[in-house]
Formats: sequence, structure tokens, C-alpha cells
Amino acid sequence: MILAGAGAAFFIVPLVGLLVRTPWMSAWHELGSPEVLAALRLSLLASFSATAIALVLGVPLAWTFARLTFPGRSVLRALTVLPMVLPPVVGGVALLLAFGRQGLLGGWLATAFGIHLPFTTAGAIIAETFVAMPFLVITVEAGLRSMDTRFEDAARTLGASRWTVLWRVTLPLVRPSLIAGAVLCWARALGEFGATITFAGNFPGRTQTMPLAVYLALETNPDAAIVLSLVLLAVSLAVLIGLRDRWLGAS
Amino acid sequence: MHVRVVGALGLIAMVALCSACGTNPSASSSALSGTITIFAASSLNAAYTAIGKAFEKTHPGTMVTFTFGGSSMLVSQIQQGAIGDVFASADQPNMQKLINAGLTVQSPIVFARNDLEIVVGKGNPKHITSLADLARSGLVVVLCAPVVPCGHYAAQALQKAGVSVQPASQEADVKAVLTKVALGEADAGIVYVTDVKAAGGAVEGVAIPPAVNVVAEYPIVILKDSQNRALARAFVSYVLTDGRPILVRYGFTNP
Amino acid sequence: MTLEARIRASLGAFELDVELAVAAGELVAVLGPNGAGKTSLLRALAGLVPVSAGRVTLDGVVLEDPAEGIRVPSERRPIGLVFQDYLLFPHLSVLENVAFGLRARGMARAVAVAQAGRWLDRVGLPAEGGRRPASLSGGQAQRIALARVLACNPALLLLDEPMAALDASTRVEFRRDLRRHLESFRGVRLLVTHDPVEAMAMADRLVVLENGHVLQSGTPADVTQHPRSRYVADLVGVNLFRGRVSHNVITLAGGGSLTTAGAADGDVFAVVHPRTVALYRTRPDGTPRNVWEGRAVDLDLEGDRVRVRLTGSPPIVAEVTPAAVRELGLDRGDQVWVAVKATEVNVYPA
Repeated sequence: MILAGAGAAFFIVPLVGLLVRTPWMSAWHELGSPEVLAALRLSLLASFSATAIALVLGVPLAWTFARLTFPGRSVLRALTVLPMVLPPVVGGVALLLAFGRQGLLGGWLATAFGIHLPFTTAGAIIAETFVAMPFLVITVEAGLRSMDTRFEDAARTLGASRWTVLWRVTLPLVRPSLIAGAVLCWARALGEFGATITFAGNFPGRTQTMPLAVYLALETNPDAAIVLSLVLLAVSLAVLIGLRDRWLGAS
Repeated sequence: MHVRVVGALGLIAMVALCSACGTNPSASSSALSGTITIFAASSLNAAYTAIGKAFEKTHPGTMVTFTFGGSSMLVSQIQQGAIGDVFASADQPNMQKLINAGLTVQSPIVFARNDLEIVVGKGNPKHITSLADLARSGLVVVLCAPVVPCGHYAAQALQKAGVSVQPASQEADVKAVLTKVALGEADAGIVYVTDVKAAGGAVEGVAIPPAVNVVAEYPIVILKDSQNRALARAFVSYVLTDGRPILVRYGFTNP
Repeated sequence: MTLEARIRASLGAFELDVELAVAAGELVAVLGPNGAGKTSLLRALAGLVPVSAGRVTLDGVVLEDPAEGIRVPSERRPIGLVFQDYLLFPHLSVLENVAFGLRARGMARAVAVAQAGRWLDRVGLPAEGGRRPASLSGGQAQRIALARVLACNPALLLLDEPMAALDASTRVEFRRDLRRHLESFRGVRLLVTHDPVEAMAMADRLVVLENGHVLQSGTPADVTQHPRSRYVADLVGVNLFRGRVSHNVITLAGGGSLTTAGAADGDVFAVVHPRTVALYRTRPDGTPRNVWEGRAVDLDLEGDRVRVRLTGSPPIVAEVTPAAVRELGLDRGDQVWVAVKATEVNVYPA
């Protein structure tokens, strides 16, 4: 019990500290400033976009890992999990080397399609997707592995095509994993700092997400930093509480 | 149990006091020992590391450790309670914040100056020759964030030159600006002369005319919370004397 | 409409090598111990497991033939598979479960649901449409599973131990219902089971599978009266011997010999029912031709009989009354004399 209490305190004390130090009087004033609103809007746009991309690309990937065997599978899987263990800044550097102006694909994208990724909002979204998608892939893959695949057999013998099996049987059965994975992915994307500032840079309204705004505000205006942190905390709590056990627990 | 805790605390306090006794401020320099931590602006990275090594050689048995970062970030950390012995800032305003907070001992001394310079990629592929060129459309320019010294110096220089620039990004410290240009992600940035020198062949510098250039003044001060004032003082005077040629070698100018 | 299957498939531990033919209207039960490959056989027929060699034809249409590169995927085979664990989709209601196959094959939702409703009536659960499978009893769930499969009107109905997960009383009831539905089913049916009672009660023909191979095939009476494997012999509860006959004496493969009442020379199986085996304390002097010494190693009370397992040459199981055991003072480890009349040794060619 003592250890559990210490564990809880580890999380609760910093959050309480944040609440206690908040300059409640000037908070409203800070919140209304255009930079804060811009950072908040950008953070929400980028994190939800990153989650959407992660779902579209990550679910098929998770399915591939859970259901297929092919040579090089374990290597590919290790590579997709790598962003989870890499320091985010290293991830940012890797993205630059791939999608930067001199990067592997970046140069081609710029000349062939006129697409520039560094220093753009799209770049921030990509940075967040890069670090957050592995969470979704891992969670959904675990769900697919632990599911009884005989339900898929039953569906096939009843005449369902592979697509129908996926949409009407497999995905509904792993819905808790899908939701948990998406939430983890979104939360990680929202808090992303290192890869974003390295790859997308920092510019208010374009690439300055909340974590970047907090970091810089801390140097000149600690009160503003505290208020921004509180906003981020409130938004995150709202989403997590809204989803709670009903969705994250057993179906 | 209560008595034992108090007793233990008392013992710890005594040991702490006695170690402070050991470094009596009036002791001679031949008894210098211990470790000090220097908070220094990131632009001082290469020069101070060299100075630190030279200092340790001159005073065997001592150790100098550094924490480099944007001056404003360092001030923030010190204000929040980071323990250090010496602070070397890249500008006066940040130093003033510490003075106002009562965290310094005596007045700071300016030990070096640094000029701003435009940094461009190897071979200057975009043919940039002046601050005015930075406003060219299609050019990717990165600057330091306004809260960081090099950021607000750059803003002053641009204002003096009457140039308005839309940066692609406002980096958290001057090294990040240098890195983006060195990697080829940005066409140009504004950094210190010392940074361009330190980067070697990866980048090139384009001088800014003295008329519009802003000179950064670097003050150094001993922090109030220093645990080893004697050693801190010795380091500061080393910077001001034997450290001078080292600073010049890295591109700084004398005050 | 006939199912003709010659299947060879690799199943890790052993090879599945089965040949069978089932005509519409006859119910064939595949019987065998656990791990014999019965479920794998059904999965192969359903197209869920690839076949390495052979040919599967249903109603003249080739469903699988690796040599000719033909493999009709599961979803396009006109089959229905009823699982032991029901496998009703937990996220769908009962009605949606029954309508699943119809909708998967392209039927409009409203029509499918209406037909599903009619099938729920037929299996006697008209009011359960809106419920979730988790809230159903085993018997209800299996009836829904059956309805789900029959609603698609399959040409081949595969039942994988459909009653194994049901409790005894539900099983009896379900067996009755199943027979009723199967009677009106016009396709080919194949039932897999490890329960001999179920097999005997329902099947027109038995196929005995062991280690992936067909050991025996025939009517229930045929199979039980002439077992050709230890497995079937144990199922039926008789003593089975194998040996070579010469001048009415069988030299047994396991050692010892038995005199018969008249058998043609050659390799044979011999069956001796335990109730025809008599036990004596001293060597009997009488008409039985087969008398030998044995030792009682196990006594099992089963109902109102005692099964005595004896070692000797040959080893044999005898069935006597508890009173006899008491009178004889028979106990584990005792030496006794065993007697079997030659006329009670049933011999048939191996």
C-alpha cells in the first residue's frame, strides 16, 4: 500500500503544484492572448490529424504484424516500434534526413510536387505522427493477437469476403484496442516537443504547438507558461475522462 | 523516532558546515580544490570548454563543469533554484534579471564581445551578401526566438538596417539556428561570429557592416548560492586574464 | 448431391489422409479420439486449411484440387459449419447473427432480417432476436448457431462436435431438435464427434478416424460388432484380439492363443465379450476350450457389474457380478483361472 501511495503521489504532487502556482487572477487575460489561442488551435489540429493518419496507416500495419508471417517481419516490426524508444530529437533529425530539403525523399518531393515539409504545419503533423503512431500499432496488434480468430473462420464459412470479415467482425471485436490505441497516440502527439521543434521548427501560428509555447514562455513569462500548461492539462483530462472505462475497458 | 530524525539532521548540518569551513574564503589560491559549475550561454560552448580545461591544468585537483544553454533558459533555471557557482550571459538584460532577483554576488564584469554575422551554407549557394538579401522571397531564413539574446540582437540589427524578415522558424538557441543552416534545411540565419568560426567548413559567414551590427556584451558574475566562492572567484579572474587569448582565438573580441 | 473427398494434408504432428464419400440424405458421423484430426478434416472441407494433395468435389463441382491448381475460397463454398463453441458474434444481436450470412452474400438488410426472424421461429426462439449472445444459455446459443448456418441454405453441412459444450440434459434435447432439422435438410451432412452414444444415435454411417487415418467405415452395427481397433473396442467395451488362424487356433499377435469354433485360416480379428469370460479359483475341468492362468490387476465397479482386468497370456477383461467377487474373495493381485468357450470367440477377417 505504501508503495502504491508513493506511486500515486509521484503523479499527483506535480499536478497539484501546477494548480497551486497558477496565477488565477491573470489567467483569463493570458488565455485570451492570440499566441495562446493560436498554439492551442494548432496543437489540437496537429494531434487529431496525426491520430487520423496513424489510424489509416497503423491499423493495416498492425493487422499485417498480427496475422501474416513473411521474411523480415521482425525487423520491420522493430523499425516501426523504434520511434517509441528513440529520443524525440533524434526522431526529428531522422525526419530531416529523410524529408528535409537535402533529404532522401524531401528533395524529390520538392522538385516533383512542390511539397515542402520542414517549417510547415504539415511538418509538425508528420513529426507528431512519427512519434505517436507506434503506440497505436502496438496496442491494436496486441488486440488482434489476443482475439479468437475462429470468429473470422465462422464469418468466412458464412460467406463473408475478406473485406467484410475485417469490417464487420475483426475490427468491431478489437474496438477497445482501437480506441485505447488512438487515445494513447493522440495524447503522445499532443505532448510532442523534440521531434516537432527539430523538424518543423517553431513559428507562432504555423508550427508553435502548445509544448513549444510553454518551453519558450517559461523563459520570459513563467505565469503564462503555467497557464498554458494548465490548459494543456485540462484538455487532456477532458478527453481521457470522457473516454474512461466504458471505452477503454472490456467491450 | 522523532528524536533520532532530529539527531540525524543535526549531524548532517554539522558535516555541511564543516565542509564549508574547509573552504574559507580567505584561504590562499594554493589551497584551491573542489568542483564548480558554470552556467554559460551556448555561444560560449567551445571557448569556455577550452578555458575550463586550461584552468584545471593550472589548478590541479579542481574540476570545472559546464551547463550551456540559451541565456534566458539558464536564468529561468537559476531562478527556479538550480545550483551553480558562476553565470556567463550573452547579454545584459538577462544578467539584470538575476541581479534584480538578488541572486548574484557583487557586480558583473563584461569579459568579451561578440558580433553578429549572417550564416549561410557552404559555397553560399543563394548568393547572400547583406541583411537586405534576407528579405528575398523564397529564401528560408531561421532566427533565434525573440526571448533568446541572439534573437533580440538580430531583431535590433534588422531594424537598424530597415529590413523586415519572415523567418521560417524561431529556434530556442543559437546552436539550433547554426545546425539548420549546416544541414541545408535553411538558407540563412543570424548567429554570432564565434558560432560561424566554430562550425568550421560546414558553413560560411557573411559580415554585417558595423553601422548596423549589434555588439553583444558578455557579462560574468558569481552566483549567491555558490558553495565554493574561492574557486569561483579564481575562475572568473582566469577568464579575465589568461582566458582572454583563448576567447579571441574562438572569435570573440576584447571588451 | 454427393460429397467426394480425397484429402491429404499436413497437420504438424501427423498427416491427414482421408477418403470418404457422403450422399445427400445420409448422416455420416466421424468418430475418433481427441487429436485424431476430425476437426482438421472439417476445416479442410470448409476451405479454412489448405490441402496438400487430393480432390474435394461437391455435387460435381470441384472445390479443391491442388494438382490442377483449383482452390475455391471458404466464402464461396456452399457450406455451413457449426462449431462446438457456437462462435456467435458477441458484438451483434441474435437476429443480426442469424442474418449475417445472408447479408454477407448480398441480401438486402430488411429481407435478411425478416428471413432470420423466420429461422428463429423454426428453432423455437422467436422472442430472443434482440438479445446479445452472452446472455444466452448453451442450448439456446447452439440453436441460434444452427439457425445462422441453415439460413444460408448450404449444400454441405459440417457439424463439429455440436453438443460437446452442452450439459447432459440439454444435450438430449438438442439431439432431438437437431435430428428434426436434419431430417428436413436436403444437402449433405457430416457430423464430427468423440461421443460414441451420439454417433450411434444419429448416424447412418460411421467413419472411425485415428491419427489422421480412416481405420474403419460402416454402419454403426457393423462397426461395433466388428471393431478393427483398440479405440473402437474400448468404445464398445469388448476384448479385441488380432492374430493368425491355423486349424481353428488363433496365434495371437500379443502372445498366447485362442481356440475358435470354426474359422477360416488367415489373419483375423477376434472379439470376446467380457460377460462371456468366467473366472475360477482353481483350474476348471469342463467344456471351455480356452483356459489359462491370469492375475487380477484392476477391479472396477460399473453400475451393477464389476469389470476385472487380468494380465496373462493373453490379457483380457472379464465382467462379473459383485456377489461373485465377494464369494470368490477376489482382490487385486490374486491369481485366478480364466475360461472362455470357443463358441464365444467371434472371428472375422482382418
